[in-house]
Amino acid sequence: MESASLWKLFCVFAKMGAFTIGGGYAMLPLIEQEMTRRGWISEEDIQDIIVLAQSAPGILAVNMAIFTGHKIKGLKGSVVASVGAVLPSLLIILLIAMFFTEFKDNDIVRRIFQAVRPAAVALILVPAVRMARAGCHSWWTWAIAIAAMLAVAFLKVSPIWIILVTITVAVSVSLLNQKKKL
Amino acid sequence: MIDLLGQLFLTFFFIGLFNFGGGGAMLSLIQGQVVTAHGWISQEMFTDIVAISQSTPGPIGINCATYTGYEVMYGAGYGQLAGVFGSALATFAVVLPSFLVFFLIVKVFNRFHEGRTFADTMRALRPAVAGLIGAAALVLIFDARWTGFQPQLSLLTENFPDWKAWAIFAAAFVLGYSKKAGPITIILAAGVLGLLIY
Repeated sequence: MESASLWKLFCVFAKMGAFTIGGGYAMLPLIEQEMTRRGWISEEDIQDIIVLAQSAPGILAVNMAIFTGHKIKGLKGSVVASVGAVLPSLLIILLIAMFFTEFKDNDIVRRIFQAVRPAAVALILVPAVRMARAGCHSWWTWAIAIAAMLAVAFLKVSPIWIILVTITVAVSVSLLNQKKKL
Repeated sequence: MIDLLGQLFLTFFFIGLFNFGGGGAMLSLIQGQVVTAHGWISQEMFTDIVAISQSTPGPIGINCATYTGYEVMYGAGYGQLAGVFGSALATFAVVLPSFLVFFLIVKVFNRFHEGRTFADTMRALRPAVAGLIGAAALVLIFDARWTGFQPQLSLLTENFPDWKAWAIFAAAFVLGYSKKAGPITIILAAGVLGLLIY
């Protein structure tokens, strides 16, 4: 296991912030890899953190930074990790806003991103598949995963409803089962 | 100026607090507040901001908040320095609710995490979240529209214009899933490849 100083934590999250391309979901494979490779957080714990970060409001990447930073180094860790995750965005965007407003029309930029986009989509799919394989053990867990995916992607249901309905049903079923056993 | 900064802070604080469901959902929240409700920036400007937020590194919600914060202050005639301050303030404001909610979750977690109910809920949430992440990938592949009850499904040609894009997609998935290459290596390799083949 690699030792985790606050500075190291900052650098790791700044690196991830700089390579998160295509939205917060793109940070998931990065976090998974960086945390498990350094032995800071186990694969199972990372998946639980993803579930909690996704259930909270706000920006997923920032939630992930706060949760993982806290797990590694407490409150200081969560502040340092989230500042690290946000700083590259802030600097790059300010640079563009102040000097290169024509950035998106640049031909070199366009060609690079044309190839990066499909790769980024594939990298979002990686944690989805990994998580489904770890979390789906029965027909009803697969049903939840597939129903959630189709409802959000094609019926345009807001993810918050998926989370709220899942929590409500799970809590009720669990309480009912526990009552039956008494 | 203090007045505008105060409004900027509150606006982005509430956007952070009420955003569920990723950067895409946040873009429409920001648009609703900044363009429609406050009229701080024009629709054209916002469209540019979205395009740049999506094609630069970093979480889209953060990119968009940062850029909007800059433009609101700069556009109001306070100059570039005020713009930089506006962008830092908007970013701070949009992140702050995450911290507050986090401590709430930690409290709940510490109280309940050894109980049966919590374990059962996590068991159900894991596949649901796997589905949500899968959906985030699907919306970048397919363009699904509804005209009434008539679904229209097509490929998103912006992201997948040709077979080369699919080849990159397949290679990235195999390398990423098998852990043969890390995500950063894959992104960098795709970028270099883009310069060569497009």
